[in-house]
Amino acid sequence: MQTTLLINLSYTVAAVLFIFGLKLLGSPATARRGNTISALGMLLAVVITLLDQAIVDYRWILLGMVIGTAVGAFTARMVAMTAMPEMVALFNGFGGIASLMVGWVALAQPGLTTFLLLTIFLSILIGGVTFTGSLVAWGKLSEKLPGRPILFHGQRLVNGALLLANFACGAMFIFNPEQGLWLYLAVVLSATLGVMTVIPIGGADMPVIISLLNSYSGLAACAAGFAINNNILIVAGSLVGASGIILTNIMCKAMNRTLGNVLFSGFGAVDESGGKIEGEVTALSAEDAYYVLEAAQSVVVIPGYGMAVAQAQHVVKELQELLEKNGCEVAYAIHPVAGRMPGHMNVLLAEADVPYDLLLEMDDINPRMETFDVAIVIGANDVVNPAARETPGSPIYGMPIINADYARSVFVLKRSMASGFAGLDNPLFYRKNTRMIFGDAKETLSRLVREFST
Amino acid sequence: MDLVYLTFILILSIFLGFELIQKVPATLHTPLMSGANAISGITLVGALAGAGSDGSALTVLLGTMAVAFATINVVGGYLVTDRMLAMFKKKNVNK
Repeated sequence: MQTTLLINLSYTVAAVLFIFGLKLLGSPATARRGNTISALGMLLAVVITLLDQAIVDYRWILLGMVIGTAVGAFTARMVAMTAMPEMVALFNGFGGIASLMVGWVALAQPGLTTFLLLTIFLSILIGGVTFTGSLVAWGKLSEKLPGRPILFHGQRLVNGALLLANFACGAMFIFNPEQGLWLYLAVVLSATLGVMTVIPIGGADMPVIISLLNSYSGLAACAAGFAINNNILIVAGSLVGASGIILTNIMCKAMNRTLGNVLFSGFGAVDESGGKIEGEVTALSAEDAYYVLEAAQSVVVIPGYGMAVAQAQHVVKELQELLEKNGCEVAYAIHPVAGRMPGHMNVLLAEADVPYDLLLEMDDINPRMETFDVAIVIGANDVVNPAARETPGSPIYGMPIINADYARSVFVLKRSMASGFAGLDNPLFYRKNTRMIFGDAKETLSRLVREFST
Repeated sequence: MDLVYLTFILILSIFLGFELIQKVPATLHTPLMSGANAISGITLVGALAGAGSDGSALTVLLGTMAVAFATINVVGGYLVTDRMLAMFKKKNVNK
């Protein structure tokens, strides 16, 4: 009894540490401390659980922990900042499968009630969907699977039927827990559902789905908490669940789409009724771009996923320093869905030592876009597409964008005229004040840096 | 009674989570996500009981695997978040 009390008191302390940790994540100045505090909470919760009298054998725990620590520490140390989205996706999945297994193990406890069986089923369902869904997301993000949406006829019908089958199987499981068949079927069905949910999601929608899976991994832990009657799992799990839902919502808003639309409609049905784009594409050499930049008083850099692909963040920072030395003001405009996960660009630029107070959000930069002499668009496309503002027939119409076209001149660094992930043509490229600088973004920026240095 | 009590905790934590996360600026969304991910590794606490029990071989096997997966989540999540956050610097610091 004494140990149970001690364990539960420590769980309360751990919960407080998690909450403080998340609170400190509210500002870049305190965020690192917040993360450490949250980790201390986790350490406390794990160490105190080991005192539990139900644990009689520590060998297997040790084995699991040694393997987990080795893999986790190695991955965390080695992963490139550009590969962060796929790593987070994979870790989400691991959280999901762990909760599924915890739910499964909970079946062995005596005195199963209908409610406990329901929560066990839910941990298996959510955990399974999180696991396979995250694996598919990981495959798409790391380009091991095609990034395009995979669609087929009657997809919604199949997915609806699958969901129904899942619930039916759940009901059978709850009323016949002694038959192993329903348990195995629940595992298989939830795993299938996870795959089917994520395959129709395209590359550009990844920030939404990765946030959603993040939320699911929390909810799975929450369900497992109910299954084993453990309050710290419920508290921590629902904090994560809420966090994921908020991020999902922010991402959806930034694309002017509802979650249902992202999940079910496999973006990309392009409506060509928007009319022809007027104007001509004007190319510019890096050398000529240098003369414009040398004379510029203010420059705004608008990065997108292309910057990550080209690994151009360090040379961007070099250019920023040279411009600043030249008496020019430099700012960065970050769209909420730039990149493949929320905040991806900020991390890449932080890696290149760009101070975070230069990174401005869309709503802060748009009102003063007219005052910038040059806007440099690096590997971004849909997030600066004026069709979102002007062409009612466009699939991205209504999406909030960074109004790059309002700057006095716009340089677009792009490999070729190929369209963005949404598969749309971008009227920005045809504007009078736009100059296209073709080629690898990193290469172009290096040439600009060389011009400045000589 | 347990059910009511646990649901009570659930509802309050969800509201608390909404309040806390709403205040996180867009700059920190990636570290927030990987940090939250590490917290979801709390399921490790549940896995320990299975891996350390004297139950059936299946229970121990599932428990051990769950411990391994959840530990990857916890250790990897916290370390990578720390690595990212260490890079965030304010302008006047380096001058």
